[in-house]
Amino acid sequence: MSSRPEVPLDELYREVVMDHYRRPRGRQPLSKVDVAAKGFNPLCGDEVEVALELSGETIAQAQVVSRGCAICTASASIMAEILPGKSVTQAETDAEEFRQVMHGKPFPQDRELGDLEALEGVKHFPVRVKCALLPWMTLKDAIAAFRRGERHAQTTTE
Amino acid sequence: MKATAVPTVIRPMRLAERFPILQRTVRGRRLVYLDNAATTQKPQEVLDALHHFYTHTNANVHRGVHTLAEEATAAYEHCRERVAHFLNAPDPRGVVILRNTTEAINLVAQSWGRKLQAGDEVIVSEMEHHSNLVPWIMLAKERGVALKHIPITQDGELDLVSYRKLLSRRTRVVAVTGMSNVLGTIVPVAEVAEEAHKVGAVVVVDGAQLVPHEPVDVRTLGCDFLAFSAHKMYGPTGVGFLVGKPELLEAMEPIFGGGEMIREVHLDRATWNDIPHKFEAGTPNIADAAAFPAALNFIEELTVEAIRAHERDLTAYAWEKLQSLGGLTLHGPADPQRRGALISFVDEHIHPHDLATVLDTYGVAVRAGHHCAQPLMRKLGVVATARASFAAYNSREDVDALIFGLLAARKYFGLA
Ligand SMILES: Cc1ncc(COP(=O)(O)O)c(C=O)c1O
Repeated sequence: MSSRPEVPLDELYREVVMDHYRRPRGRQPLSKVDVAAKGFNPLCGDEVEVALELSGETIAQAQVVSRGCAICTASASIMAEILPGKSVTQAETDAEEFRQVMHGKPFPQDRELGDLEALEGVKHFPVRVKCALLPWMTLKDAIAAFRRGERHAQTTTE
Repeated sequence: MKATAVPTVIRPMRLAERFPILQRTVRGRRLVYLDNAATTQKPQEVLDALHHFYTHTNANVHRGVHTLAEEATAAYEHCRERVAHFLNAPDPRGVVILRNTTEAINLVAQSWGRKLQAGDEVIVSEMEHHSNLVPWIMLAKERGVALKHIPITQDGELDLVSYRKLLSRRTRVVAVTGMSNVLGTIVPVAEVAEEAHKVGAVVVVDGAQLVPHEPVDVRTLGCDFLAFSAHKMYGPTGVGFLVGKPELLEAMEPIFGGGEMIREVHLDRATWNDIPHKFEAGTPNIADAAAFPAALNFIEELTVEAIRAHERDLTAYAWEKLQSLGGLTLHGPADPQRRGALISFVDEHIHPHDLATVLDTYGVAVRAGHHCAQPLMRKLGVVATARASFAAYNSREDVDALIFGLLAARKYFGLA
């Protein structure tokens, strides 16, 4: 096989990302679900389901199941890993900051964002940004539903 | 009648030289453009025609006595005549110049649709592009019309037995694609139309994929309305056509009012211009329409028959290569004689989106997604597919580049 393409595909599919893609975390069903949301990207058909178990305002457990591309799957897996123990407000801030990173802002320092930084390279592939954001937008909707006192939400990105 | 010319043999590498964009590189590689079903590239002649219009002819049409106005009008009307000639339409008045296929189908749905009442039925197929589905869904909602669906068979063909059972006195419109943009299936339009006409329904054909790839003669195609887009056949974006039987167009009300489409206007009433002008309200896309005949010349120089033969050969070649890779599901009819110039496929392990991204780094442009056919995707049980679609300038080398990219993607994802 000839040389690697000039553009660093590895920026998009970093080792950590590929690892989350191959072995996604946080798929185990929860014993108790306080709020759940379903996200859908009609453009590519990707689907994400987020379920949260809450203890007061704190996320005790998260289940994130995705059916989609490597980027969406990895993003969902990373999210599932870092959510437990965060307050819903903190989780919303994380989602918003990650969205801004995807739109060019530098990655926030001194924050507990686990492997999320590995997805920073997605911003160089604009058409794939939505793939990375779908789990996070779904999470935001789940939290918004929780605040409204509801148990379910449906998200569509496009 | 078309003269019987010596059969042309297409030399894609030579042809590609006439397309400036095909000379560029993408991410350091030769561009291998396999997204022709979305839109084709444009040859130099078409670019020149566009440039020529703006540098020599530009003026508004149908409303001026000066030289430029006259020339611009002639260029615009020439487009209509060329389209009529290309499709062997008996009368250029049956050619309405619009923006695209979608607009053409909406025009029929909205205008012919006014003749429909609650309880009437419209039949579409399960393999329609959203642009030949959503306008009918809108009509159904507005007028209480029932929408029926022709199912597709296991190999992605229309189930004509079920179709016949759907037809009844209540059927007012049958709207089908001429060629599926996902499965590649070529639909037996003449047969569909004959059955529909027996119950008095009008037949609308979405020709967006059919017209660029198959010889079409509207007199034998059998439909009442044919919609297609210039941009999928080497022409500019922003121009599409509705080719209808003049007597049916006469019987239709315009859906847009304004300049050009009127004969006489009073403060409180107006009368309509003749067809086709009554459907062309406002300043049309003059420059792009004026440039489109250059694309038709390009096609006719090669002949549609030769383009089809070349594309069938390529599609068969690609089908075999993809098939022999293993681990791929190829959608649509396997017989290259029954399909158009595209192949939709899904890799067992790599999501189409990831595949398209990796292919792009090899300069290979394919489409990944639902191809504006969500109901069909549901039927196929997939969320998305990758699609390679061909045009006259594609070569076996392009297919080889696709295969090379696919293997590289598998390697990259640790699957090979
Ligand atoms: C079968 C089919 N119908 C309709 C369309 C819509 O064409 P346009 O976007 O030019 O209106 C397309 C292409 O996108 C198509 O492939």
